[in-house]
Amino acid sequence: MSVMPVVLWTDALVFLLLTLIAAFVLYASRYEHMRAPWRRVVRSRVGVATLVVLGFYVVVGLLDTVHFRLALDPQGDDSAETRYSPEVLSLLDLALSGLRERQEKTYSAPFATHLFVKEAIEQPDGTLVRDFPRLEYGGAHLEDPARQRGFDIAWRAAWGALQGLVIWALLATGILWLIARSRGETSAATRAAILAGRTPIPWRIALAMLGIMLVLSAVAGELALAYHILGTDKVGEDVFYQTLKSIRTGLLIGTLTTLVMLPAAVLLGIMAGYFRGWVDDLIQYLYTTLNSIPGVLLIAAAILLLQVYMSNHADDFASLVERADLRLLFLVLILGVTSWTGLCRLLRGEALKLREVDYVQASTALGVGHFTLIGRHILPNVMHIVLITLVLDFSGLVLAEAVLSYINIGVDPTMNSWGNMINSARLELARDPVVWWSLAAAFVFMFALVLAANLFADVVRDAFDPRLKGAR
Amino acid sequence: MASDVLLEVSGLTTLLGDAARPVRVVDGIDLEIRRGETFVLLGESGCGKSMTALSLMRLLPPSGRVTAGAVRLAGTDLLRLTEAEMRQVRGGRVAMIFQEPQTSLNPVMSVGDQIAEAVRVHEGGSRDRIPARVVELMRAVGIPDPARRVDEYPHQLSGGMKQRIMIAMALAGDPQLLIADEPTTALDVTIQAQVLRLLKDLQAKTGMAVLLITHDLGVVAETADRLAVMYAGQILETATTDAFFAAPAHPYSRKLMESMPGADKRSARLAVIPGRVPHLDQAFVGCRFAERCYAVMPRCRDQAPIWRELDTGQGVRCHLWEHGGVLPDGLQRETGDPAAATSFVPESAQDPAAAHAPMLQVRDLKVHFPIHDGFFRRVVGQVRAVDGLTFDLTPGRTLALVGESGCGKTTAGKGILQLTRPTDGSIRYRGEELVGLGHRRMRAFRKDLQIIFQDPYAAMNPRMLVGDLIGEGLQALGIERSRAGRMRRVAELLDLVGMDADAVERYPHEFSGGQRQRICIARALAVEPKLIVCDEPTSALDVSVQAQILNLLKDLQDRLGLAYLFITHDISVVAYLAHEVAVMYLGRVVERGRVDEVLDDPRHPYTRALLSAVPVIDREKRRSVIRLEGDMPSPSHPPSGCYFHPRCPDAFDACSRTYPEETRLSETRRVHCLRA
Amino acid sequence: MTAYIIRRLIYAIPILIGVNLITFVLFFVVNAPDDMARMHLGEKRVTEEAIQTWKQEHGYDRPLLYNPDASGLGRFTETIFFEKSIRLFVFDFGSSDNGRDIGYDISRRMWPSLAIAVPVLLVGLAFNISYALFIVFFRATYLDIGSVVLLVAMMSISGLFYIIGGQFLLGKLFHLVPISGYDTGIEAWKFLILPVIVGVIGGIGAGTRWYRTLFLEEISKDYVRTARAKGLGERRVLFRHVLQNALIPILTGVVVVLPLLFMGSLITESFFGIPGLGSYTIDAINSQDFAIVRSMVFLGAVLYILGLILTDISYTLVDPRVRLQP
Repeated sequence: MSVMPVVLWTDALVFLLLTLIAAFVLYASRYEHMRAPWRRVVRSRVGVATLVVLGFYVVVGLLDTVHFRLALDPQGDDSAETRYSPEVLSLLDLALSGLRERQEKTYSAPFATHLFVKEAIEQPDGTLVRDFPRLEYGGAHLEDPARQRGFDIAWRAAWGALQGLVIWALLATGILWLIARSRGETSAATRAAILAGRTPIPWRIALAMLGIMLVLSAVAGELALAYHILGTDKVGEDVFYQTLKSIRTGLLIGTLTTLVMLPAAVLLGIMAGYFRGWVDDLIQYLYTTLNSIPGVLLIAAAILLLQVYMSNHADDFASLVERADLRLLFLVLILGVTSWTGLCRLLRGEALKLREVDYVQASTALGVGHFTLIGRHILPNVMHIVLITLVLDFSGLVLAEAVLSYINIGVDPTMNSWGNMINSARLELARDPVVWWSLAAAFVFMFALVLAANLFADVVRDAFDPRLKGAR
Repeated sequence: MASDVLLEVSGLTTLLGDAARPVRVVDGIDLEIRRGETFVLLGESGCGKSMTALSLMRLLPPSGRVTAGAVRLAGTDLLRLTEAEMRQVRGGRVAMIFQEPQTSLNPVMSVGDQIAEAVRVHEGGSRDRIPARVVELMRAVGIPDPARRVDEYPHQLSGGMKQRIMIAMALAGDPQLLIADEPTTALDVTIQAQVLRLLKDLQAKTGMAVLLITHDLGVVAETADRLAVMYAGQILETATTDAFFAAPAHPYSRKLMESMPGADKRSARLAVIPGRVPHLDQAFVGCRFAERCYAVMPRCRDQAPIWRELDTGQGVRCHLWEHGGVLPDGLQRETGDPAAATSFVPESAQDPAAAHAPMLQVRDLKVHFPIHDGFFRRVVGQVRAVDGLTFDLTPGRTLALVGESGCGKTTAGKGILQLTRPTDGSIRYRGEELVGLGHRRMRAFRKDLQIIFQDPYAAMNPRMLVGDLIGEGLQALGIERSRAGRMRRVAELLDLVGMDADAVERYPHEFSGGQRQRICIARALAVEPKLIVCDEPTSALDVSVQAQILNLLKDLQDRLGLAYLFITHDISVVAYLAHEVAVMYLGRVVERGRVDEVLDDPRHPYTRALLSAVPVIDREKRRSVIRLEGDMPSPSHPPSGCYFHPRCPDAFDACSRTYPEETRLSETRRVHCLRA
Repeated sequence: MTAYIIRRLIYAIPILIGVNLITFVLFFVVNAPDDMARMHLGEKRVTEEAIQTWKQEHGYDRPLLYNPDASGLGRFTETIFFEKSIRLFVFDFGSSDNGRDIGYDISRRMWPSLAIAVPVLLVGLAFNISYALFIVFFRATYLDIGSVVLLVAMMSISGLFYIIGGQFLLGKLFHLVPISGYDTGIEAWKFLILPVIVGVIGGIGAGTRWYRTLFLEEISKDYVRTARAKGLGERRVLFRHVLQNALIPILTGVVVVLPLLFMGSLITESFFGIPGLGSYTIDAINSQDFAIVRSMVFLGAVLYILGLILTDISYTLVDPRVRLQP
């Protein structure tokens, strides 16, 4: 089956980001002063634990970033060229195609076998009864759900856990072998060291965390084959699928925004501090002005603008996905515009201090030119601030997405995002009994990501700038 | 007499850091302090002397803990008191003052309130009496107009005044023991003399004992009754002051004394102590000083020396004293650091004709910083950091620019290199005017004029390799364009400053302060300069390390014919290194001349006061301290007439009217004083 | 001091012009007055005449930034930009696109906003400072570690969940307070109490953590050691010395946001149905009423600059070291 790859705008940016990260890693690994702080990060217990959790999110996000269109089945005439489905899918969609396709009629609770609302059901004898109908897919394999469900769930969970453990055991053995080889000892010795927590990198924590995450994933995966483990929403779509799809949106907003604003913030901030005088005045004017516009209003204005533009030029967009993607890109850009000022001011202050430092003065005395000096002495000595800001901003931006989507100036309503999930679920809180699962799902997935990111940011900050320890 | 002993410390051991790898900052210290005496704890940075003091007060930082020993204050063991009881002792029977008066006072509380707080804790008396007592204390420490000063905040007072406030606070509880942790290190010599005098007077009046912590042998000689030398967490020697300066018993003490620069050592190299203070997170087997000792014996390395009491009353921890302190055969005292290599050929073999013509002529140099004020932020005043500086510098010679902090000497150095733009005046280098040159046109002169900074830690980009740091100038000025060529030169330069070539691939933080300063010197030498501005290059270093750097600078001058503009506040360094001296006060040179002329026979009252305030070891050479009133005025509002007249002991009417013209006392000697 | 304030106010003018220019460009360059007219008159089948009339009525019948037909200064003054923004500088907001007086609306709607924002700020400040002091007093114990974990967890929860949770628990489950709505006069407290509680709880995580950091930073300074060396007790050291110094960044941080309290909170107000300026803005965004949005942007910018000036002034009041350079 042939596929046609589709590269959305944000996909392209993600690939750019990955390239930059790879280049940075390559560069950093050659210099001890850049390796050292990262070594401190991976040697911290919180650091490795959060890295594992973030790793799972990133994998899901990346799977959801490889987009393509599937070829349609040739319809008899073999002369025509291959035709592609208009639907843009991602690797994640493909992996979860079961979840994606098993759509119910409307709400159903997690692990339910019946719909959440009563309907008129035609009995075999022809009479109509108002009752909760059986779900089309969720628990459909059970003959007597009331009796069998509990056991079935337990059995499937156990089976899933076993699968997870096996995968974990394989992975752990592989990792163990690699560590043992790099340490030049036998596997047994390495295993003893890890179990006793005597390795410099806390592998014990890392492997334990990996195990927990793998078992959880496997259990969820196994159960999701037969049930809607997080229920379904108003149109019967699986909530578990929605939350997984929302991961990409959250990650993109958190990372691309800073990527977008970085060049301006770094360049202008350093220039203002280094050159002072009118350059400084101009840049300060620029960011004070931008800062004094309430951020939400600026975002609202920009998004409104986009909406108007899109409704006027509706034909330019090949698909809903592309349209939603462009809106996401635009949101990222405008969030970047509102958030670069903080870093810019920070860097200006630092550059003001650095230009008076002895080694910069020594450089001037040696006749080094301005831009060489900035590149060689100032930029490398503010990079840690840039990096710390990057990780600190991430969680704030993920949270901001939810709020913006709530007031309809976030991502496109057709796009899966936690904000949209909360927004649509909120209206159903008034129901009795309450439809709580969409909210709960968004809450759990968002909380885990933001908490991991916050903890990771603390570790990174302490590693890169011990002076700032505990500061926020 | 047992009752004579006020404080008895035995076996005190203090650890810092986590339990897995603790640092033994204080390792089994024993000492006795008698009532009313001044006891000095002497040592270089990092030897654990401050931690000892904090251990006594139980004021260690959160990661620190006392693990063994006893601290008996007139019989009570302080380490066994509850925290509440200890609070009564702190500020009561034992008080403490710190090194940095700047940060040691609460910035948002008036000084009166801060003293009152101490009074309230330790005096049971009625509350109404507190304000009177505060004023009384402030008067006792010599603060003029105390009734007005009680409402002032720390930032409104000078450094010396702040230290007096600290002392007043310490006196509030009538302590039996005052611990002073480097109380004058952050102060200028003239202020240091005031504060040390004050401590002596108070001690005579109240009969308290003083535990003074310092690294300065001069201060020791002038203040101490008895002293202990500390090294790597241990006490190596105790002695009375007289016995110590007559014949220091421990090799470390001897070397420390020999490495002090001074006029009497001009022709010789200074003694140095090679290596660096060992890290205290290791278990020591032998003597801690063995690695750096000139008299090391095989047993020093594997057997820790025991404490010995000598006939002279000294106590010492050294194997040598098994043989009565005599060096065993075959061990010669060597002086000087390992000789630097000689592969470098001076490029400018001195042209005898040019030798006497000044290479740098500075005339009436001014560096002013504008003060903006008013509605349109007009310039309403100037901070006259440098206000009319005139001197000449001849090739191959050293001119010392001497003065106290805030006199503008550093700004002058930067102004000459155009790192700070001069406001007015003229700097001629080999006849060419430098003032007013832009960034580009100045580049032509960058090769010849270089600078070395005070703080070797701040002077190197921490994210560059040493090789790239030293090669930076070669690259920037296009002297050596190929990387291979640069690295060859860098290797030569490292050799020249006495460092191994493998430093090229390492980062600055891997080196000690002295090594870093060598690297900085190599960087400056890379472009083969003719003149180097040395901005207090040794004031951040310990005495023994300072000696290495001074030796190196002297060698380099002899071999390469360099001229130095040596900016310093340290008179002993001047005496050792300089050929000529210019003394600065408030942005102007008050007196200049040959070093022997100025130091032996100062003519300007300020020079006289400055020199008299410097603590001297040798009793014969001590002059009576000329006390200067008050502090240096602000450079934004210099006094009328002679800038020095408000503080001058010899001032008369005319002094307040015009600034004195230059008086030529001899071919080389100039002084700005109406009395001259 | 006066000279300083006047100078700062004069400096504010170019900033406000810049703010106006940015909003103006954002709103008009893509979304031209013709489109606005069409939208307000109902998208389809609008006659050219009707559009012109609408534009005339609402003052959009001039060129945007530069009027080539006018002469002299008029080329710049007889434009939509000049006419729409000059009036803002005297706080004449004009009328909204659907004809209401914006100035009147703002003056009426700011009170409910303040009624929520001020208690949230004050209660939050009091609680966070006390909690942070409590943590610092027991620093390096399990109480400290546990609190820090709790704080990080609390700041990892989206504000939306605090609101939803509060409404659900207090409003729906226990029926203690109405879920949303507003009442004038003294009866309003019933409607205010829930948003205030939610606002305070939502701010605990970040706020207390920040204050704890400030306290810890102060506690490691030299003057604290001096205070201990005097023989002062831990409580006196903490409350007299540390608190006094740490209050400087705390207070000045509060002063910055003080003027912006008028703007209200977009989310809280719309969730709880409070008729304040926050929900006013959201409604304007949703109905695409640019006149209101423009006014609110201007108001926000003015208040922001006011906050900066107040911050500088407050420094001189609480910190004896700072003196304003007039």
